[in-house]
Amino acid sequence: MSAGQPPFDSPEIRRLTPVIGPGYTYGSVTDKISAIVLTRPTSLGWYIGFLIAFSVMGMMTVAIAWLIMKGTGIWGINIPIGWGFAIVNFVWWIGIGHAGTLISAILFLLNQKWRTSINRFAEAMTLFAVACAGMFPLIHTGRPWMAFYMMPYPSTMGIWPQFRSPLIWDVFAVSTYGTVSLMFWFVGLIPDLATLRDRSVRKPMKIIYGMLSMGWRGSARHWHRYQSAYLLLAGLATPLVLSVHSVISFDFSVAIVPGWHTTIFPPYFVAGAIYSGFAMVLTIAIPLRKVYGLEDFITMRHLDNMAKVMLATGLIVAYGYFIEFFMASYSGNKFDVFLVQQRLHGPYAPYYYALLLCNILIPQLLWSFKMRHNVAVLFIMSIVVNIGMWLERFVIVVISLTRDYVPSAWGRYSPTFWDWATFIGTMGMFVTLIFLFVRVLPAISIAEMRELVAETSEDEK
Amino acid sequence: MQHLHRSHIYGVMGEFGDPAELIHAVEKIRAAGYRRVNAYSPFPVEGLSEALGLKRNMVSTICLLGGLTGGLGGFLFQYWVATTAYPMNIGGRPLNSWPAFIPVTFELTILGASLAAVFGMLALNKLPQPHHPVFNVPRFTHASADRFFVCIEAKDPKFQLTECARILQEVHAHHITEVSDD
Repeated sequence: MSAGQPPFDSPEIRRLTPVIGPGYTYGSVTDKISAIVLTRPTSLGWYIGFLIAFSVMGMMTVAIAWLIMKGTGIWGINIPIGWGFAIVNFVWWIGIGHAGTLISAILFLLNQKWRTSINRFAEAMTLFAVACAGMFPLIHTGRPWMAFYMMPYPSTMGIWPQFRSPLIWDVFAVSTYGTVSLMFWFVGLIPDLATLRDRSVRKPMKIIYGMLSMGWRGSARHWHRYQSAYLLLAGLATPLVLSVHSVISFDFSVAIVPGWHTTIFPPYFVAGAIYSGFAMVLTIAIPLRKVYGLEDFITMRHLDNMAKVMLATGLIVAYGYFIEFFMASYSGNKFDVFLVQQRLHGPYAPYYYALLLCNILIPQLLWSFKMRHNVAVLFIMSIVVNIGMWLERFVIVVISLTRDYVPSAWGRYSPTFWDWATFIGTMGMFVTLIFLFVRVLPAISIAEMRELVAETSEDEK
Repeated sequence: MQHLHRSHIYGVMGEFGDPAELIHAVEKIRAAGYRRVNAYSPFPVEGLSEALGLKRNMVSTICLLGGLTGGLGGFLFQYWVATTAYPMNIGGRPLNSWPAFIPVTFELTILGASLAAVFGMLALNKLPQPHHPVFNVPRFTHASADRFFVCIEAKDPKFQLTECARILQEVHAHHITEVSDD
């Protein structure tokens, strides 16, 4: 700690970095956030950004169309590496989504006021990340039009899904996660949609927002039930978010593949998910607050807190790496020992070292108060962590599969152009959805910001 | 103020600038014996439910029922699939391998409970309901931004137009208006 730094979380720090800038009223908060959607002209920058993102998404469409025409042979997957990019990207995307639910549900239950201005777009990020994630297992089946086979339905063939398989647990976990996240997000949006309905001037907007808000009128009786439902959803989403990445880790840990078959996987996957998710929230929040002038709503306090969460979860992930290494060595199981050595010295060792660099070494800079308050550093750091977490999934999937028990079953994996086109394409889809979201819906919860104004004005009294 | 026939009146509405005034007004109006009173606010106001005398709502009960349905239904369904509909003998292991059914049971519990909470809340609130008499008040657009409203409804047995307007004046409401019922 440097000498001039105020003590940790002191009132002084809170005053210096409040959760909302000074001097806001119910009206000005409403004006400022709703103006982004309703009155602010769409900037040229938005069109350019949207066009680029949409073109990248177009690349994904082409890649998927080609995949459907030719089959999964256009990818780099082979036997023994049947999973490859599709599963790496699936786990990466769904992990990113986890921060949104964590912010909206767990921080809500813990009554953390700083969640208020970031929860809306973090939840949107969750939904979009789940949409990107969900596509991968679907297209990885090779015949996505048969995906309904995974759902239990009374088919004429009389067959049913195998409920003992982690892959079926996955279907239920991810689809429940997507549904609950969507409902949570939508319930949070209802009062804001009513605000947009009441403030929009143009008739079509009034009708669309009016229909979406379902006639919300802010009745005290409605708020009474609304708050119960919201609290219950937060309480339900909390165990859900922990279960989703646990179930995804079961896809690995239930299999008796060296490097996968460990009990550390569920907690270590969940921590990694939150780690990469917070990194992605920072990646979005930093440009968003800059472009739309939201520095009074997404303050340094938010960025600082998110950096702290990243640091903490990053350390849990580091502990996971250490335990993987330790347990393999300590167990004396020669396959596990061999696998760990392959990570350090095998053909994919550079990826493992890059992962250690991105996920463990560089984020240690976040211990410094100065670094956490440097927006440029945070932005770069968030990208580094996202790359690191992607590498982690690559290392887990590829190294274990290329070094199975019998040397005759060993292999190599390298992604093809179509692997990259699909992966980068989903990033385009993600960014496209984010662009559309900030243009047509309030990126910050207006109703909750008003509540925050009421609470902070009470504190001052 | 143009006077409507009583049967065409939904109620009388007054406006306030901050939550404390709103709660004070609601308490006063209820103390005067009015029961069909409702308040409208741009965000949930702490203490307003108590001031209006709202009881515990049914959302949590519905949510519990939804969760039980999802969980029990999910488990029994998997049991039925694994033992009756599509039994698979894998090395003589028991067909009812219940620990393997827990993840899906858990997910379906959460799904059932969440669906019940959201749709239960909407149903109890009678939403979607595109039109409501309070929207006839031009200034009511502020109820979703920065103003707080109280409405004494015409269904109240004590309802009497001038008397309601008077009590709203007494609690310093602004823009006291009749709310037409169409």
